[in-house]
Amino acid sequence: MYPSRFRYEAPRSLDEAIALLHEGGGEAKVLAGGQSLIPLMKLRFASPELLVDINEIGDLDYIQVGSDGALHIGALCRHAHLERSSMLTSTQPTMAAAAPLIADPIVRNRGTLVGSLCHADPQGDWASVVVALGGHVIARGPAGQRAIPVSQFVSGPFQNVLAYDEIAVEAVIPAAKGEPAGGYLKLERRVGDFATVGVAVAVERSGGSISRAGIALTGVGASTIDAVDASQALVGAPLDVERIAHAADLAAQAAQPRTDHRGSAAYKRQIVRTFVVRLLNRVADSADRAA
Amino acid sequence: MTSLFEEISPEPASDVPVRRVTLTLNGERRAAEIEPRLLLAHLLRQGFRLTGTHTGCDTTNCGACTVLFDGKPVKSCTVLAVQADGHEVLTVEGLAGASELHPIQEGFKDAHGLQCGFCTPGMMLTAKALLDENPNPTEDEVRWALSGNLCRCTGYQNIVKAVLWAAAKQRGE
Repeated sequence: MYPSRFRYEAPRSLDEAIALLHEGGGEAKVLAGGQSLIPLMKLRFASPELLVDINEIGDLDYIQVGSDGALHIGALCRHAHLERSSMLTSTQPTMAAAAPLIADPIVRNRGTLVGSLCHADPQGDWASVVVALGGHVIARGPAGQRAIPVSQFVSGPFQNVLAYDEIAVEAVIPAAKGEPAGGYLKLERRVGDFATVGVAVAVERSGGSISRAGIALTGVGASTIDAVDASQALVGAPLDVERIAHAADLAAQAAQPRTDHRGSAAYKRQIVRTFVVRLLNRVADSADRAA
Repeated sequence: MTSLFEEISPEPASDVPVRRVTLTLNGERRAAEIEPRLLLAHLLRQGFRLTGTHTGCDTTNCGACTVLFDGKPVKSCTVLAVQADGHEVLTVEGLAGASELHPIQEGFKDAHGLQCGFCTPGMMLTAKALLDENPNPTEDEVRWALSGNLCRCTGYQNIVKAVLWAAAKQRGE
């Protein structure tokens, strides 16, 4: 399979890339890891006239803590880089749990977190993780840059709110005010398949109770689902069996699964419930051990 | 120098954009004039006639087309050939020395790590990247590393043994 014809540019700076996108007038696409875009182009679901490859721009492959304590992930930070990051393991349990579950090890060498957010696949894992963590995307365009909360960044299946001449230059995860805990669970038929169901849980604990919570769902709706009611049900109290069961029920209600070859809607809803319980039980167990 | 446009015509149509790329392929500098839409797998197979890189699913699933791109495994059906400009690519043809097999190739031979052989080049290159990074992997680590490469014959048992055999050999055991 070949993509349809396009003009290819590999600029060396972000400014140059933005100018090219502007020139492309809505018919240009940014190529980062390419692990979703190139397959889409081969299938002719996407046929951009101009491809702006940002892989030759230096300084976009980073994961670092800023002076504000927030975690900044550059546009060319590959999944494999996140998977191997010991900093994530110690400070961002939800991200650390998700990184090894993205696609397969070979795809992880190319694909990027920011690209995954931009691609906005309802079955993309990172969007749920970043929604659960309350993160945002920094977009840069000819007029400067702006921060867009991830929950608003994705506007529908395979759609984001970037202007045609904007590039998502990094994702930002705000600093935790309490002690961060959580994880990501994904049901897949085999390695590399899309999620049948994925659940991201990210909480912060202060003084024995939950001070902040985020729960987001992958693959059970037309886009990533922010299970706000489920998260809110956890805040302001310690985790106990009833509260965990209640949050799991609310998350299962928030899911909008459809029956398909990966399973029935009822089955997927049950998996959401089960995963929320498992993840929160782990958080509760780790608090018990620490206490 | 190799040119590669539509396979039916030796010259590009006048409106076809063409780029010259220069890459280090199996240790040698190579150049090609290509259309940007050409995939790396096709440049390797049809352009450079290195047919050891197999194209299996063509949909980023099977890993048969895996090559090392700057030392890391990538699926060459999902990388544009123009992206290799200025980079290093290693294919299965670059594994063996002039007179002897690479230890990973020896391992696949000794432990019967292949039946039909279709997935083998991709398996071996993924294994090479693993052993370059981790010379003493556990069986679990080998299985994890190979989980993006599909084999439809062997049930993976002997492939894993082959990689562990090669790891031991490379460590001088």
